[in-house]
Amino acid sequence: MVQLVWLAVAFPLFGAVANALLAIRRPAAKTAVSIIGVGVLAGAFVVAVGVFNALVHDPRPSVPVVLWHWMPVSERLSIDFAFRVDHLSAIMLLVITGVGGLIHLFSVGYMRSDPGYARYFAYLNLFIVFMLVLVLGASLPVSFIGWEGVGLCSYLLIGFWYEIDANSDAGKKAFLANRIGDFGVLVAMFLLWWHLGTLDFVGITMRAGAVFPIGSSAALLIALALFLGCTGKSAQIPLYVWLPDAMAGPTPVSALIHAATMVTAGVFLVVRTASVFALAPVSLEVVAVVGALTAFVAASIGLRQYDIKKVLAYSTVSQLGYMFLGVGTGAFASGIFHLITHAFFKALLFLGAGSVIHALHHAFHHAHSDADAQDMRNMGGLRRWMPWTFSLMLVATLAISGVPPFSGFFSKDEILGAAFARGTQHPIYLVCWALALGAALMTAFYMARLLAMTFLGRFRGGDKAAEYLHDAPWTMTGPLVVLGLLSVLGGVINLPHFVGGTGWLERWLAPVTETARMTMTPLPEVEGASALLLISLAVAAAAVGLIGGWWVTSRATILTPAQSPEEHGFWRAVYHKYYVDELYQKVFVNPTVWLSRRVLWQTVDAFLVDRLGVGGTARLAEGLGWLGSRLQNGQVAFYVTMFAVGAVLILRTLVR
Amino acid sequence: MAALLAAIGYEHWIIHVLLALPILAMPVILFAPARAARYIAFVVALMEMVLGIGLWWAFDPTRSGMQFVTDVTWMSRFGIGYRVGIDGLSLLLVLLSVIMLPLVVWGSWRGIDQKQRGFYALIMALNTGMLGVFVATDLFLFYMFWEMLLIPMYFMIGIWGSANRIYAATKFVIYTFVGSFMMLVAIIWMVAVVGKATGQYSFAYDNLLDHANLLRPWGGWLFTAFALAFAVKVPLFPFHTWLPDAHTEAPTAGSVDLAVILLKMGTYGFLRFAIPFFPMFALSKTTGMVIATLSVIGIVYAALVAMVQPDLKRLIAYSSVSHLGFVMLGIWGSTVESVQGAIMVMVSHGLSTGALFFMIGMLYERRHTRKIADYGGLARVTPLLATAFVITAFSSIGLPGLNGFVGEFLVLLGSFGRYPWLVAIAATVVVFSAAYMLWSTQRVFFNRLTNPLNEGIGDLNLRELAVIGPLIAAMIWVGLYPAPLLRRTEGAARHYVEMVTPALPPAALPDPGAQP
Repeated sequence: MVQLVWLAVAFPLFGAVANALLAIRRPAAKTAVSIIGVGVLAGAFVVAVGVFNALVHDPRPSVPVVLWHWMPVSERLSIDFAFRVDHLSAIMLLVITGVGGLIHLFSVGYMRSDPGYARYFAYLNLFIVFMLVLVLGASLPVSFIGWEGVGLCSYLLIGFWYEIDANSDAGKKAFLANRIGDFGVLVAMFLLWWHLGTLDFVGITMRAGAVFPIGSSAALLIALALFLGCTGKSAQIPLYVWLPDAMAGPTPVSALIHAATMVTAGVFLVVRTASVFALAPVSLEVVAVVGALTAFVAASIGLRQYDIKKVLAYSTVSQLGYMFLGVGTGAFASGIFHLITHAFFKALLFLGAGSVIHALHHAFHHAHSDADAQDMRNMGGLRRWMPWTFSLMLVATLAISGVPPFSGFFSKDEILGAAFARGTQHPIYLVCWALALGAALMTAFYMARLLAMTFLGRFRGGDKAAEYLHDAPWTMTGPLVVLGLLSVLGGVINLPHFVGGTGWLERWLAPVTETARMTMTPLPEVEGASALLLISLAVAAAAVGLIGGWWVTSRATILTPAQSPEEHGFWRAVYHKYYVDELYQKVFVNPTVWLSRRVLWQTVDAFLVDRLGVGGTARLAEGLGWLGSRLQNGQVAFYVTMFAVGAVLILRTLVR
Repeated sequence: MAALLAAIGYEHWIIHVLLALPILAMPVILFAPARAARYIAFVVALMEMVLGIGLWWAFDPTRSGMQFVTDVTWMSRFGIGYRVGIDGLSLLLVLLSVIMLPLVVWGSWRGIDQKQRGFYALIMALNTGMLGVFVATDLFLFYMFWEMLLIPMYFMIGIWGSANRIYAATKFVIYTFVGSFMMLVAIIWMVAVVGKATGQYSFAYDNLLDHANLLRPWGGWLFTAFALAFAVKVPLFPFHTWLPDAHTEAPTAGSVDLAVILLKMGTYGFLRFAIPFFPMFALSKTTGMVIATLSVIGIVYAALVAMVQPDLKRLIAYSSVSHLGFVMLGIWGSTVESVQGAIMVMVSHGLSTGALFFMIGMLYERRHTRKIADYGGLARVTPLLATAFVITAFSSIGLPGLNGFVGEFLVLLGSFGRYPWLVAIAATVVVFSAAYMLWSTQRVFFNRLTNPLNEGIGDLNLRELAVIGPLIAAMIWVGLYPAPLLRRTEGAARHYVEMVTPALPPAALPDPGAQP
């Protein structure tokens, strides 16, 4: 059964091709598109379940699946197009096809009236193909196909409504930011191959320890290069700026690509190459610090956004930071645990937001209002019309805030606990822990604010629009309900000991990160009173944030965007995302374009090389020719003089 | 298939037929009725392609030397012979030339509306010249084909080109001729030196290669002469400024042939002649560093310059300079992996840049402008063209899974041991190439369609689909399953690297996997 894992990729690939053909030939055949688009995901999910089940009963922790010889380059380099099914890829397979399938189903309702329906599903199916290749790849180059492929789909889907310039800009920005990271992955591959002679993940894991001593600079360089890739793909400082703009894409895309799956690929990559990171402890510290810092900064920006999707986008950046903090402490399973629970509740939040936007868009359209359907200042009181969406969003909010016993509580608490525990060895991790705790507080705050502004109070979109408000159809609420259940119960996959659990996920992933954990100093146990104190602190942060967010928001008078005054002081900087985009534009983009245009092209290329160099040579030839022609001026006296001068010169040389 | 080809004696006649067919077709095209010219050309092109594709199967990948060899004395007094053959270095380039021929003819179907007979006759001459360069194993023959190419290209740009065509054509010819004249002097010098020492004056490649050690004293000068000719053709920075002009002014067919085949002649020349003849000089620490540095400058610099070009063809021309820099870097990387990569970049660049020029030509036929600013939002009116263009753009910037990645990746990976810092700098081009390609794609196909002139543009028709379709299929095939290509070139790449290894200074990093 495990060998059949290629079917999980083949199904969506077929869907992508079929839907692309439909998009060209029969864009109106929406029923066929829906059946194919969602059907192939159902097929892939069934395969995923089968593969997972087979692996549970397989004595081998990891099974290679060679599909064909991809690059048989030389005697020492031959890369197969091969997958590797192990405990990590199997569980990712389930998450991607499962959550992905639900989001595909949601899209049927959400995108129904869009003229690009078939094209949308072609892209979405193709995304699943690449995402699966990414997690299944047996070697870095194969995973890199998926790694850049998901970037391609992200680019296409962010710019899906390409006729709006801003959307095309956002797609391009996302791809470019990702490519900066990909540069790192490429360099890491070169270093790995020249040092280890292999690019296969198992080969890397086995050989790294033998070749690199602990703390070696080569291992550090490789780990940091890989992590540069992760900051691009997973939107961490300094490359996080593309993700908020990526919200230009359709909302289900934000849920699938920019929350649940693609953006977590960086976390996945760190776990996949954990053996290298473990050999360079400094690299793990960098991962943890960047993660914690990102979690804190992004959460703070989320406090002051009005676009419902922007809040969620910064929230995603922030939660990804938690995951990196988790893997950065060496608690690899905790990082993956949070990846999984986050996939549940963040997908739910985005789809819920999608339902809200869908409903408002519809209502504003009918009421001939040009109000922004994504601006929370135009919402309010939606609980009345959208009870399902409200309850489910509430569940997700409690989960992301870390309220027990929702799934997010367990995964976030593990990360905080691990950071604190590591902090007893290296104080830098204590700083990370404090930042993460602060981020947890802010997370609860902005989520409560989001809920309050959207669902509570009074509807601010006008009475006329209110008449058209209603909850979404079942194809949209159905997936929400499933994700709601998962958000509540997701914690069971890794219940900690203090609630009587056995930490299943941690045991399940143990073979994957065994080599890395053997290399590192083990995480000290935090026990008894201090453990209890830590949990209490985390829960307190969630409670204070939630209540504070709700209290502050519901007491404030919220004005519609048109009535809102400009922000002032510090909040103005927060609202403008600390002006990081503007800074990058001024410091990196504009100078590069200026350098390329004014210096390299117009000065070096057109003037120095072409005018002076090439043109100069031509002038020189012309000049010599002119000189030669001047010599033959027909004046006998001139000839005689020249003859005499020449003769004297020759004589002088001869006489000497 | 191989058995069938052997039964008809394919290996004995194929090269001669491929070389002769286009030349024989020239008078037919010239004297046929004007309206029939393109049909005759197309039929001949198809025949050339069908016949040539047999090489794929007839070629034996397990052998590393020349195959399909013919050696006939031509001018015995000078030791000049009709000596031809194909090995793994040239096989894919020969195949690329014959496969492109019908596409080039068909791609010109509508764009060329005057003096058709002359145009198609020149295309034929061009094809023989290109094939000749890749199959010649006699240096006189090689030089003859090399120079012979200038003439049709000159007229093609000069007659069917756009506004600034005379300047571009003249620049192209003088630029390349100055380089290749040096090469002629070097070739004669070599024959004279070897002849004087051995008593046997011969232009045969093997003969000169066997006695390459006799050329040692003049290695620096001779290599420089060859290198100048080839560097101009590549083009290696800073010898590249003829290319944007030639590319931009040439008609579509000319741009395609230039990009797909002619640019590869320079890099092929280095691999086949310049380095094997003078390895001690070509691969010395200094020369190697100079050329690798110029290649990497070319890679990054051209990408940056491409980014700010307002003219689509000029943009692609600069992107060619960038891509060919990869080939040069791979050649000087001097590992089997990097040389394999260099060959793959040559093929891949041919596919994607060829397709890009075809598509820009199609846009030009519709709107008569190459200015990026004149377009915008075309995806709505020409969805097929937009799709094809986006796929090709991503192939060009090396998206893994498409053709461009394989070569670039192998070049960088293979060269890293010798030039780690230069490779790291070259790798930054993944960002800049994406920048110029996606930015221009956006300004042509995405954003709002604001110019009313673009409203009425028609999408690809069947003929155009038939030109672009095979190229895109090839991009996906080469990207996902390059193994058959790599297997066919491995023997030659290994042979080449073994040949030059003694001349190599120690690399920066030890061999991969050499550690415990």
